[in-house]
Amino acid sequence: MSISLQHISKSFKDVTAVKDISFEVKEGELFGLIGPDGAGKTTIFRILTTLLLADEGTATVANFDVLENYKDIRDNVGYMPGRFSLYQDLTVEENLTFFATIFGTTIEENYDLIKDIYIQIEPFKNRRAGDLSGGMKQKLALSCALIHKPKVLFLDEPTTGVDPVSRKEFWEMLKRLQQKGITILVSTPYMDEAALCDRIALIQDGKILQIDAPKEIVKHYPKSIYNVSANNMYKLIESLNEYQHSYSVYPFGEFIHYTDKRTNFNPEDLRKYLEDKGLKNIIIEPTEATIEDTFMELAK
Amino acid sequence: MKEKNVIQVKDLTKKFGDFTAVNKITFEVKQGEIFGFLGANGAGKTTAMKMLIGISKPTSGEATVANFDVYTHPEDIKKNIGYMSQKFALYDDLTVRENITFFGGIYGLSKTKIKEKAEALISELNLQEVANELVGSLPLGWKQKIAFSVALLHDPKVVFLDEPTGGVDPITRRQFWEMIYKNAHNGTTIFVTTHYMDEAEYCDRVSIMVNGKIEALDTPKKLKEQFNVENMNDVFLKLARG
Repeated sequence: MSISLQHISKSFKDVTAVKDISFEVKEGELFGLIGPDGAGKTTIFRILTTLLLADEGTATVANFDVLENYKDIRDNVGYMPGRFSLYQDLTVEENLTFFATIFGTTIEENYDLIKDIYIQIEPFKNRRAGDLSGGMKQKLALSCALIHKPKVLFLDEPTTGVDPVSRKEFWEMLKRLQQKGITILVSTPYMDEAALCDRIALIQDGKILQIDAPKEIVKHYPKSIYNVSANNMYKLIESLNEYQHSYSVYPFGEFIHYTDKRTNFNPEDLRKYLEDKGLKNIIIEPTEATIEDTFMELAK
Repeated sequence: MKEKNVIQVKDLTKKFGDFTAVNKITFEVKQGEIFGFLGANGAGKTTAMKMLIGISKPTSGEATVANFDVYTHPEDIKKNIGYMSQKFALYDDLTVRENITFFGGIYGLSKTKIKEKAEALISELNLQEVANELVGSLPLGWKQKIAFSVALLHDPKVVFLDEPTGGVDPITRRQFWEMIYKNAHNGTTIFVTTHYMDEAEYCDRVSIMVNGKIEALDTPKKLKEQFNVENMNDVFLKLARG
């Protein structure tokens, strides 16, 4: 196992950040921690990167114990924290050289690993890190986290606040790194990114709701979901929420994802109800659960 | 009711030196409309929004917000709009009630009005138990819902929301959008930016900025037809990737 956590708990004063968390990440796996702000994702990262001590439980990274062998862990992992943490007043190249030197290596020695990513910011290598755009900062931070050829890469919300185009490019980069044998633990609040991981842990309020491959997770969804739309979105939501048989009503893009309390649900009953409410152009059709549906059902 | 324009923009441009951040954008937003303002990081959204909320003077072009001109009446604009962003919305070291009182005061509401509004807001969001807690101790999703309500304290004609749901859990994100729908239904104009493309689908109309220009503007349905794709994410990728 590349990463292993057993019964890890951590509290800050009276706030429990993570509670009895256990999971394992295999070598070469791309594993996602999926959950909203405040779920405990960053606390897990800080414990695994030996920056924070757990109150209870044990954990190993690259087969090193987070307590006994913390120095070995630091030599063998790359960490990209959620907040941009490079030196703003050093240039792109200076930052990279700095991190290489700290780890006793050189840019040349591991250039192969970062080439794909670094080449995109190399034209700006004399620019100060503080003056880079969001996307470029992200690429520099990733380059710095990789320069010592880590066995395990920790990425804490690398795509938060990043537009869909840059997010897609970033995930393509991660896939290429994975092919080079690096184990990756990545966290994200974007449920659509979960589908790109080998396995994911859904996490909320410091607890793991479920761990599985993304395709398996959606299979666990217990109900039939329907796409519902009509001419007036606001009235539709209001009417569905008032419907005595409704179990859940969640906007999903152009549709509402609707589930019914009854096992013998007949969409025509609902259609009639909505028509009586004065709604027009009503569409009701079965659809498949997404990871987000599953997450919301588990978090309910 | 949806006929009156609350935002009117023509050839609006902002240059920084020889860099054109916003390049002749033109659009209007009607009363009660939910208008999605999308674009990649660095496309010029924030610069455009700053001009519309009266804190940055355009280089050229025209814009009125709530019938006030951005060049001549920026202070009147500020009084007649609400604003909230992901980065800053409320004071963490004030309680929920203190934040409401503070922002009510800033917007010039009377003491009785503030009291009335505070009670209404607290009961609507079910905040009775945390009304006297520091905002900093609340979950992000709660904060954002409170921030949105606070931005509406003075019954503005239009409210600007800059990535209001970033990092918020999926359930709260949807509750937030139900609040948006409700207020739009009651006639408040909503001007919103987001990186969640499913949220783009919730908007009445959506504009997409690429390198300072508005490259697409229509209902989500028509944009998907125009680009012949299934969802707004693909519209965005097609446009922004060029």
